[in-house]
Amino acid sequence: MALLDVNNLSISFGGLRAVDNFNITIEKGELYGLIGPNGAGKTTVFNLLTGVYKPNEGIIRLDGDDITRKSTIEINHAGIARTFQNIRLFRNMSVIDNVKVGLAEKFKYSALEGMLHVGKYRKVEKEMDYEAMSLLKVFDLDGSRDVLAANLPYGKQRKLEIARAMATGPKLLLLDEPAAGMNPNETKELMDTIALVRREFDMTILLIEHDMKLVSGICEKLTVLNFGRVLCQGETKEVLSNPEVITAYLGE
Amino acid sequence: MSKTQKSNFITYGIVIAAYIILEVLMLTGNLSSHLKGLLVPMTYYAVIAVALNLCVGILGELSIGHCGFMCLGAFSSAFFSRATEQIIPTVPRFLMAFIIGIAVAALFGFLIGIPVLRLKGDYLAIVTLAFGEIIKNVINSFYIGIDSKGLHFTMKSAMDLNMEKDGDIIINGAMGITGTPHNANFTIGIVVLLISLFIVQNLVNSRDGRAIMAIRDNYIAAEATGINVTGYKMMAFTISAAIAGAAGVLFSHNITTLTASSQYFGYNASIMILVYVVLGGIGNIRGSVIAACILYMLPEMLRGLNTYRMLIYSIVLIIMMIVNWSPKVIAWRKKTFGGLNLISILTGKKKGVA
Amino acid sequence: MSFLTYLINGLSLGSIYAIIALGYTMVYGIAKMLNFAHGDFIMVGCYIIFSVSAALSGNSVVGIIVAIILCTLLGVTTEFVAYRPLRGAASPLAVLITAIGVSYLLENIALLIYGADIKSFTSVINWEGVSFAGGQLKIQGVTIVTILVSVVILIVLQLFINKTKQGQAMLAASEDKAAAALMGIDVNKTIALTFAIGSALAAVAGALLCSAYPSLSPYTGAMPGIKAFVAAVLGGIGSIPGAMIGGLVLGIVEILSKTYISSQLSDAIVFGILVIVLLVKPTGILGKKVQEKV
Repeated sequence: MALLDVNNLSISFGGLRAVDNFNITIEKGELYGLIGPNGAGKTTVFNLLTGVYKPNEGIIRLDGDDITRKSTIEINHAGIARTFQNIRLFRNMSVIDNVKVGLAEKFKYSALEGMLHVGKYRKVEKEMDYEAMSLLKVFDLDGSRDVLAANLPYGKQRKLEIARAMATGPKLLLLDEPAAGMNPNETKELMDTIALVRREFDMTILLIEHDMKLVSGICEKLTVLNFGRVLCQGETKEVLSNPEVITAYLGE
Repeated sequence: MSKTQKSNFITYGIVIAAYIILEVLMLTGNLSSHLKGLLVPMTYYAVIAVALNLCVGILGELSIGHCGFMCLGAFSSAFFSRATEQIIPTVPRFLMAFIIGIAVAALFGFLIGIPVLRLKGDYLAIVTLAFGEIIKNVINSFYIGIDSKGLHFTMKSAMDLNMEKDGDIIINGAMGITGTPHNANFTIGIVVLLISLFIVQNLVNSRDGRAIMAIRDNYIAAEATGINVTGYKMMAFTISAAIAGAAGVLFSHNITTLTASSQYFGYNASIMILVYVVLGGIGNIRGSVIAACILYMLPEMLRGLNTYRMLIYSIVLIIMMIVNWSPKVIAWRKKTFGGLNLISILTGKKKGVA
Repeated sequence: MSFLTYLINGLSLGSIYAIIALGYTMVYGIAKMLNFAHGDFIMVGCYIIFSVSAALSGNSVVGIIVAIILCTLLGVTTEFVAYRPLRGAASPLAVLITAIGVSYLLENIALLIYGADIKSFTSVINWEGVSFAGGQLKIQGVTIVTILVSVVILIVLQLFINKTKQGQAMLAASEDKAAAALMGIDVNKTIALTFAIGSALAAVAGALLCSAYPSLSPYTGAMPGIKAFVAAVLGGIGSIPGAMIGGLVLGIVEILSKTYISSQLSDAIVFGILVIVLLVKPTGILGKKVQEKV
């Protein structure tokens, strides 16, 4: 059974079909790329998958469960975590607290225990700190644990966003243009990070990308979106040599 | 001991030290009766400043109706104390008055939060103002009395209560409640302040507090991270209202005649509390306590300053906002002083944002 | 007959709210900020008329003109000194809190100059008004003038926005500041102009308000200001006809509830309407919906 199975997904905004009859099947462990020119509807697909928008038609299944029309929160709890094109960190919180927000579903104590710092509070906080630190180590952020997220350099902010998403314990990770605004060095480092996440956590990843080099370097499969429709789908090499894709990308 | 724990203990230490100094001054007769009379108000203004900072600095939503919650706490507890004065001994009665005042304020915080927290920014602020005024106006038209036949209630006039001769009017419309027992004192005020500080500072360093601050910083990302945005907003708002209610209990048990007047419970009073919070540092709990105490005491001590007090506060408020928040000024400060932040030096730490 | 009198009084009060609400709604539509001090501009206008008229032994026309000019200057200066530096601040609450500060500042300056005691304001309109039905229905001159003035202002503003270049620039800036700037519109200037118009209207509203309710104190403008904001929200913020409708509805509701329900509760009812509107139709009667982009 596929991990993510999307059928005939469509949404219109004021008569314009932003996403039209979108299908995708992602197997467990795959690293999948979603590419397409500007305004093709890539981020809209992410917003549909994470419940920010509700589709007009279509079904989204995660691990066999229907998650169509569920709220963003429920979808996160069901196992989809994401990052954003324009970084959305909790800017005035420390690096470790950003991750601990993500861990909140897994490590629980009551609000009263939290307000009085009694009961399970100390033990659970300790476990959270440990878990958060080991996650930060993976992303090489453990040295900045008490730095405010807003004060991190750009590349590290991107990494922290991925770390926070991973903290929620997802089955599927959605990355929205993770390399946007990065220089070649940072992009290279990011590719390593993504590869590492995949290896370390056995993670299934769907990523939106403009950077062709990044896409062809790490994705096994691609879906090309153009004007809200799927233009082409399949193994990376085949897709990239498809003449239609080349036209869509380079223009006529 | 972690850095945040240390910072929390410093806050408690400052409050306790101030308490000891003032008590010693009082015992040695160095405090005028005028100043003594200001101590309890100082504590309840500090308490409501903590409550409002939870709402503005930690939750990130501007409320300009918080004195409405204080008003609810004051009236519900004073009503209880007046009605049971002859029946229940002082200590358990005052304790129960606290529970009632806090519970009523929390309940209304919750009920008002349901519609209010669906809104954002300016709209939310103006609706909190609206609710604050509604609470004040409605309480002003309440008439409740007790006689041998039981409880009487009307919203028309004292005459319409139709009381027996032995009747006792407890809430008399705009004339409010008279004769609430004077159970509050400086020590109790300080204890309430310490408990409020304990709860809010602990909350900030807990799973729930982090969720609340995450919503403040970016609610879209918070949702995507699985945080129940509505639930946590409600939680923070309700706790904030409850603490404001506790301040109200202190208020009503320190005053002979309690009226729901604009001076104490209108939006202007709420804005005064906001001034304490902003000048103490939005999100800086310790700062708002210090600011509330100093800004309340200073003009009362320096009588000549009183005329200019609000004028000075308003100017300082505007300047503080521009210095701390203007993108251009921030850029200039960074260029001139490097990473140094003037405000964080002045107030110890700067955590939150509105 | 008495109901009709109350209704007309409501219309008159509503017209004043409408004029104030126009200032709110234009500023909110373009600068995207709630100018909490707007109500206090009214109070400043009233005091200027009061002082100038007293100095000129009762000539209120000069007073009104001076008030309009000074309020315009006050609005533009406030925008430049206090609000403009905070445009683009990390938190939208920054400018709101600053506006609250400005409101406090104006009230306290007035308090220092004029004291807290209530001044009795001489109506700027010396017209008895007209009687109908053998004196049973009497409409005061100030009531008629207020309603007429508000209608004229509404028409002039609509023409200004739709027919002039500056008006179109305002519309463009309210839609999308960045795009407007790219099209060569000076956004700062446009916002300043909006504040100028809004503040001038506040002076006019002040003259009418204090003529109808002739008691003047440093807090005279605060409550009408907030209620006018309620009116602007009710009508749909950013919409000029909306501000008019909202103002009239609010004025009528206030007068009727004061008369038939309770004067103590009429403010609560007015604010209750705000709460209900924001819950049922947050965009108001004529407003548009905006959603944050993810």
